[in-house]
Amino acid sequence: MKELIKRVVETYGPSGSEECIRDLIKQEITPYVDEVQVDALGNLIAIKRGGGKKLMLASHMDEIGVMVTHIDENGFLRFYSVGGLSPFSLIGNRCYFANGTVGVFGMEKLDEIKDLSMKKIFIDIGVDSREEALKKVSLGDTAAIKREFNDLGNRLVSKAMDNRVSCAVLIEALKQVQNPVYDIYAVFTTQEEVGLRGARVATFGITPDVGIAIDVTRTGDTPKSATMDVCLGKGPTVKVRDSSVLCTPAVRRHMEQVAKANGIPYQLEVLEAGGTDAGAIQLTKSGIPAGVMSIPCRYVHTASEMVDYRDVEQGVRLIVKLMETDYQG
Amino acid sequence: MLLKKLSEAFGPSGYEQEVRAVLEEDLKDYVSQWQRDALGNLIACKPAATGPRVMIAAHMDEVGLMINYVDDAGLLHFREIGLDDRVLVSKPVLIGKQRIPGVIGAKAIHLQKPDERKQVIPSRSLFIDIGAKTKEEALERVKIGDYVIFATKFGEFGTGMVKGKAFDDRSGCYALAEILKEDYSIPLYGAFTVQEEVGLRGAGVAGYAIAPDLAIVLEGTTCHDLSGADEHAYSTVLGGGPAISFMDSSSIGNKALIHELVRIAEENNIPYQLKRSVTGGNDAGRISLSRTGVPAVVISIPCRYIHSPVSALKLSDLEHTISLVKLFLRSVEGGFRV
Amino acid sequence: MQTRDFLRQMVEATGVSGSECQVADLVSQVYGEVCDEVQRDVLGNVIGLKRGEGAGKRPTIMLAGHMDEIGLMITKIDEKGFLKFTQVGGVDQRTLVSQEVIVHGREDVIGIIGLKPPHLMSPEDRGKAVPMQGLLIDVGLPVERVRELISVGDVVTVNRSFMELGSDIVSCKAMDDRAAVAVIYECLSELKKLRHTADVYAVATTQEEVGLRGATVSTYGINPDIGIALDVCHGAMPGVPEQDTAPMGNGPSIAFGANIHPKVFEQVTKIAKEYNISYTPRPVPAGTGTDLWAMQVVRAGIPTALLSIPSRYMHTSVETVSMTDVKLMGRLLALFIASVDAAFVEGLLCY
Repeated sequence: MKELIKRVVETYGPSGSEECIRDLIKQEITPYVDEVQVDALGNLIAIKRGGGKKLMLASHMDEIGVMVTHIDENGFLRFYSVGGLSPFSLIGNRCYFANGTVGVFGMEKLDEIKDLSMKKIFIDIGVDSREEALKKVSLGDTAAIKREFNDLGNRLVSKAMDNRVSCAVLIEALKQVQNPVYDIYAVFTTQEEVGLRGARVATFGITPDVGIAIDVTRTGDTPKSATMDVCLGKGPTVKVRDSSVLCTPAVRRHMEQVAKANGIPYQLEVLEAGGTDAGAIQLTKSGIPAGVMSIPCRYVHTASEMVDYRDVEQGVRLIVKLMETDYQG
Repeated sequence: MLLKKLSEAFGPSGYEQEVRAVLEEDLKDYVSQWQRDALGNLIACKPAATGPRVMIAAHMDEVGLMINYVDDAGLLHFREIGLDDRVLVSKPVLIGKQRIPGVIGAKAIHLQKPDERKQVIPSRSLFIDIGAKTKEEALERVKIGDYVIFATKFGEFGTGMVKGKAFDDRSGCYALAEILKEDYSIPLYGAFTVQEEVGLRGAGVAGYAIAPDLAIVLEGTTCHDLSGADEHAYSTVLGGGPAISFMDSSSIGNKALIHELVRIAEENNIPYQLKRSVTGGNDAGRISLSRTGVPAVVISIPCRYIHSPVSALKLSDLEHTISLVKLFLRSVEGGFRV
Repeated sequence: MQTRDFLRQMVEATGVSGSECQVADLVSQVYGEVCDEVQRDVLGNVIGLKRGEGAGKRPTIMLAGHMDEIGLMITKIDEKGFLKFTQVGGVDQRTLVSQEVIVHGREDVIGIIGLKPPHLMSPEDRGKAVPMQGLLIDVGLPVERVRELISVGDVVTVNRSFMELGSDIVSCKAMDDRAAVAVIYECLSELKKLRHTADVYAVATTQEEVGLRGATVSTYGINPDIGIALDVCHGAMPGVPEQDTAPMGNGPSIAFGANIHPKVFEQVTKIAKEYNISYTPRPVPAGTGTDLWAMQVVRAGIPTALLSIPSRYMHTSVETVSMTDVKLMGRLLALFIASVDAAFVEGLLCY
């Protein structure tokens, strides 16, 4: 499965420009599902019919990025962030566009490093004029962070673990599930990083009986970190709440029971800042019971997000078992 | 002249009646079916037997003030609706349906200390003077809750330019009205929305009711192409034609719609620009997320000094916006699909 | 049941946003006395239905008052058995110091949020508010026992009893917004003495404090012709400008502005004047910060209005309201509902 993770994390796909990652995922899952659709916002919806209630599993396939807003006469690009990015995480890093053009983040001279802001950063794509730049990029093009996947043994590092590792989990689970007891709607959503947008419209179209989002979450296990009782290597989490959702208690209990019944280690997660697709799912129409399984991840929204491979494997097992266990509500 | 009537109409968010009346009157020979809803949106319906349902939206509301307190000296205190504190001082205003004149005064310069002048006067320290000497006298002419607009008169100036209040988004309403004066063979819904400035409120419910296949939002947008501004911070340029947005804080533009608009503009020699700034939200944010999602794009008329008492635009930008959208609708008639 | 007793039981019960079961069960039971049926939806909203009279399709009116309260949530149990926590909804951390709390774990466990004694603090520290990350809940148990009873994600409320301050003012936590749930009960009780055409959906909503969530989905499910939210507003007190508050004991504050349908406002105030029920009109240019903001833009839009109970010390555990205001609001709502017919509802779309 490490090879699958590597392929999905290294694929280009910032919010609003998810075509490449959508094509890759579609190729991976088509042999394992009954039907594949794409909706008005580009969500990839895969249906696997097992009879019974509608279970929606959502994993967002967009990653954070930057959109070109200006090209100056010397060929330097100015940009705006797409999704939550800190200017400090860009300095010295590279980005890449859909056509493969690579750029470097440079910054203006600063009196104090704490004065750094997005407005003081530009992208250098290695040209000397606006004309040359326009041969490679256009206004409105979006770039993703460029950083390769590394396998450290138990731990894996890459850009876009948020949320491609969850996409890999969902893909793998669809391949492994034997006896689903639902009509499963596996949705690879778009534009989560800019406001849970894809999930909102996909859920409206499906109107599931229960929805579970798969995302990453932070940990509290690095030196002097903010308080958080989640660690790498102790299993995927069952979320209690984040800023977008107070998970439906019955769904949370169901997830915990399924984990316990199948000997799958898990952690309870309280995330103080940050939202997920479940927030949009829960508030659709007259309400959908919603929960979240998260893969613990260090250094979220940087070029080097780190997960524990054992948590990922257990995550796949949990999703498979959730697809095979009826939710009584 | 419609643009003048629209600019001078009284219509802060939540109180758009007068703007509705101007539009209904102006379009009465061109639109026979109107839809209204609980929030006050006005939807012009031009149904047709086949073709994708197209929704075009422009918001009727403007930024303004609301009176929330009258003090014992007969001065009126207020709350802002979408306004920056700095544009308020030393302006004439009109209050309520009766358009009672008033002024937002400030302490004379002679009476101020030097460093006072460097500070912004917070709106809570400002008041409107309607010439009443007591609370009772004031309440004979105005009441708590009355809305307030700037007393700006529409007019021409410079070369091919006009100035007036509320070009955000009466310029969009004007464009939409002109578009509705032609006939199309596809179902077209012109939504004049309410309450955009206080949270994109009208657009979402209008989108839900119409359930379009695609949507265009017409806005009056920021244009900061002045001397001393960094080129990459202009947002748009006056005279550069309609500005097409890739993204803003509320939505990411549908790429197929953007490409088609650019193709039409280039093929027909219509000047256009790509909007440089991506901050700020608009009705597309809500329409694009209604029901199962709607492909949407925002086309803006560049306006200098929006959200202030007097803004300015170039008439050619307005005309080119109208031409571009009309040609786009012909393209949809001719088979263009997202 | 007397409205005052219902209110007392509600505010002393637990119901932090997302975990409203205990107070929801109570509300369900009591609403059952005055409604034809009571149900619960997916987000835990309690929905009581009192049908009107008349054959055919009757107008529908939804009343919404939120039953969730702000509170705390455990984020970590440290090695010594002390509990670290975060807020659920907008909690002013300064109101937490030196409070007795209840941690709702497998059992209810009593705890204290203490403060380093002034004798051990430096003069500068004494002048600063303690941030939430610096506070701990002390439950006085060994860490092993703590772990048996409590886990990450458990909610915490302040341990507070209902108090009567004089004959009219009452005080407790969660008056925001259970006082409104009591108003709805008062209204339904009054409605039993009146004749009305409209079907009334009395909804005690959930998760208002974290984003108007219960109201969003319950309004979608009901899709009423008119939606009325009931919440608290700031009661007049020293140090706060008059225009930001409403006097207590003078009846409800009735808002108008973008979030409110002008004809519904007109009708409610007309009824108030006709029946001599005092009220304070309140201009609100944009959002009202209540369930109404979500209700107004559900589906194709809902005509809305807001009635508010003046309350001092909002989002503290000693919020106060006037029982006179509760009674007046209940009565006004009932009389308004009795005045609504199909013709009135149709007129709401002719803006």
